[in-house]
Amino acid sequence: MKDFAQLIRRLDSTNSTNSKVAYLSAYFSSAAPKDKLWTIALLSHRRPRRPVSTTKLREWASNLASIPLWLFEESYHIVGDLAETIALVVPQEQGGDQKALHERMEELAGLGRKNEDEQRLYLETAWQAFDHYERFAFTKLLTGGFRIGISQKLMTRALAQATGQEEDVLAFKLMGNWTPETTTFDKLVFSGQEAAEKSKPYPFYLAYPLEEGPESLGEPQHWYVEYKWDGIRAQVVCRGGALFIWSRGEELVTDKFPELQELAELLPEGTVIDGELLARNEQGIGSFNDLQKRLGRKTVSKKLLKERPVFLKAYDLLEWKGKDIRALPLQERRAYLDRLFSKPAGTFLERSPLLDFNTWEEAAQLRERAREEKSEGLMLKSKNAPYGVGRKKGDWWKWKVDPLTIDAVLTYAMRGHGRRTNLFTDYTFALWDGEELVTFAKAYSGLSDAEFREADRFIKKNTLDRFGPVRQVKPELVFEIAFEGIAPSNRHKSGVAVRFPRILRWRKDKSPEEANTLNDLKALL
Amino acid sequence: MKKPLLAFTEKGIYCEPAGVYLDPWRPVNKALITHGHSDHARWGHQQYITHHHNKSIMERRLGDIAAQGVDWGETTVINNVKFSFHPAGHIPGSSQIRVEHKGEVWVFTGDYKLEDDGIAPPFEPVKCNGFITECTFGLPAFNWRPQQEVFNDINTWWKQNKAEGHTSVLFAYSLGKAQRLLKHLDPETGTIFTHGAIENMTEVVRRFTDLPPTTLITKDTPKSEIRGNLIIAPPGTHGSVWLRKFAPYATASASGWMAFRGARRRRAVDRGFVLSDHADWSGLLEAVKATGCETVVATHGYTAIFSRYLREELGYHAYTENTEYEGDSEEEEPPTNAKETAS
Repeated sequence: MKDFAQLIRRLDSTNSTNSKVAYLSAYFSSAAPKDKLWTIALLSHRRPRRPVSTTKLREWASNLASIPLWLFEESYHIVGDLAETIALVVPQEQGGDQKALHERMEELAGLGRKNEDEQRLYLETAWQAFDHYERFAFTKLLTGGFRIGISQKLMTRALAQATGQEEDVLAFKLMGNWTPETTTFDKLVFSGQEAAEKSKPYPFYLAYPLEEGPESLGEPQHWYVEYKWDGIRAQVVCRGGALFIWSRGEELVTDKFPELQELAELLPEGTVIDGELLARNEQGIGSFNDLQKRLGRKTVSKKLLKERPVFLKAYDLLEWKGKDIRALPLQERRAYLDRLFSKPAGTFLERSPLLDFNTWEEAAQLRERAREEKSEGLMLKSKNAPYGVGRKKGDWWKWKVDPLTIDAVLTYAMRGHGRRTNLFTDYTFALWDGEELVTFAKAYSGLSDAEFREADRFIKKNTLDRFGPVRQVKPELVFEIAFEGIAPSNRHKSGVAVRFPRILRWRKDKSPEEANTLNDLKALL
Repeated sequence: MKKPLLAFTEKGIYCEPAGVYLDPWRPVNKALITHGHSDHARWGHQQYITHHHNKSIMERRLGDIAAQGVDWGETTVINNVKFSFHPAGHIPGSSQIRVEHKGEVWVFTGDYKLEDDGIAPPFEPVKCNGFITECTFGLPAFNWRPQQEVFNDINTWWKQNKAEGHTSVLFAYSLGKAQRLLKHLDPETGTIFTHGAIENMTEVVRRFTDLPPTTLITKDTPKSEIRGNLIIAPPGTHGSVWLRKFAPYATASASGWMAFRGARRRRAVDRGFVLSDHADWSGLLEAVKATGCETVVATHGYTAIFSRYLREELGYHAYTENTEYEGDSEEEEPPTNAKETAS
């Protein structure tokens, strides 16, 4: 663990992306192959299952620290991260870990099969042997949610530097359903492109938000305009008679959408489509809420399949008859995509239409009406651009409609996590319903660090009541809350669910009485 | 029930029989002050009584005030109430205040730490019935390493930066932390430069503490002279135009909050050294125990948690009172006007 913990400590110690890549690259140049493989796995969301419940971890750690469980829990609320809390309260007894990362990971994999006493003994011994960062990194691996500010893209870049490969070739190789148990570092990183499994998708090309008007993009005739669909970005891969569906998080989600299997027979061999998964409801294209009903379930019931079927809005073609056509200009890729629709494509595949417009002004008018079409705005894509890798500025822009907004009162606050540890940054907002304030949304983002600190001071001085980590706050601060969509909901006390709420700005000019009412919100439905 | 010797009022901690306040936060007639940090030593009182080291510090910070300086251990009697100041080890000139009346003894700590920092006389346990204590770091998550280990890390960091051709910038609170760092930095490595706000307080502390030499950065200081050396600056200068002139540099913060990964990342410094002028968890418990008290009042920090622990696990009569002390307020320190202090 020593080298790995050292890596995490160094990555933590800098805010510079270049330094982070340099540290990772140095690690990839010097670590043992098995440790490197595990590091790639951990930084690409391939964590092993948690072998021990967090309840047990809390119990054992507080015992080892000789503190009552309630005090451990209070500390956890303030530290904001279970692994860090354990790292802080458990005293170190020895000079650090002697085992390698892969040994520890293999031990963790086997830990789930052991009995409770063996698990406890193993963890107590390990925790006390570790130094602070080893204890933190190890427990982080143990509890899951291993987020340390290193994206898969950054890791891929570092690995590319360390192994002398092209970044996008490597990104392709790192995708798919491998685990450290099923491959080796050399096989994963150095085996040829042709060995790429048939299921593998291409790295997604991501759009940048358009901050200014589209006039900066030049002549409108060089651009395609489509609706920006509010679903799940996905690639549908059809090779060897089988169909694979990959979400943007490079997660294989084929099983969640069984209705799409009929495409395996309809599409030609060697087809990869880029598009958006959307749900249908009684009125047509469903909201993101409708789609969410299909996610987070292990099995999809027949009833749900019938009520909320899912289909793919196709907008790009990346592979045609087994050939990678990403280098072709979009105009030509679109032409190939059209050929897919020359014969019936079934009910689960639709084309995202190219919108008619001659001037940017006309495009702006289309954007105004985008919400009526169940979209979030427009996508602007350069006709001549190849399909890129990751988020590159220039060829694809998202031009979202302005969000819906409402002024709400801050009523509850919770401490944040990560870099907001120990600051109250997770807020609950309410609207007036007569004399009463009714909760309608939670939001965690949108204020500057200085504003968060100011709000934090207010909260600490104006706490009305405490419920564990949550504080009830004197209803005095008003914030303008922005959100993307709104739908009726039985699960919320307010009767409505809003999509992607965030703080737009602090309305210091408004008193709480001037905040909006629940009826104002419902009028937006 | 008889009235407590010290009451928590809207203006501060009030001793009714003597008619004086301890570290009041609203203007009063007579104030006894533990130490010079701005949440304890406020402007606007008619008369101040404090240790004479702190008197110098307060006169520098607050200007023309009516202050009486006393020695540690010296007793001042006001209306039959005996007051005395005892070292708190928090920063130079910091004291605990002992209050005795009709056989009842209370001690108010202000802020304190147990480890001898080398620049202030170490914390002196004072026997009492009631102990009014801070608990800024009153959580078992805070366990300080011996300061020598931390200073070794800081000196190594400086040497490494120097070898890479970078200037080292250490952010520290201008009164206390800055002088403590200064005392333990290795002058062999290079020159120690100071920001105006730091130099201002260091100048006062030098009157009663031996410190290595410093060089004040002025608008005439050549950039080339600073390179590879070390700058001590207030946290508010982070990202300022004043500081950016000295690039390339590596930044570090020295604070108890640096124990938290989130705080280190929020501060956006290259290194976070865990170094506090407040007692850690075991330090607080040790201090409470050493007083032999029955009653503990927690004034600022993780008060609810700390007093619950004392009550439920150790059997003290412990509770919290609301005050306007902020403890280690580095996070809240407003940005310094770099233009004003750099010239």
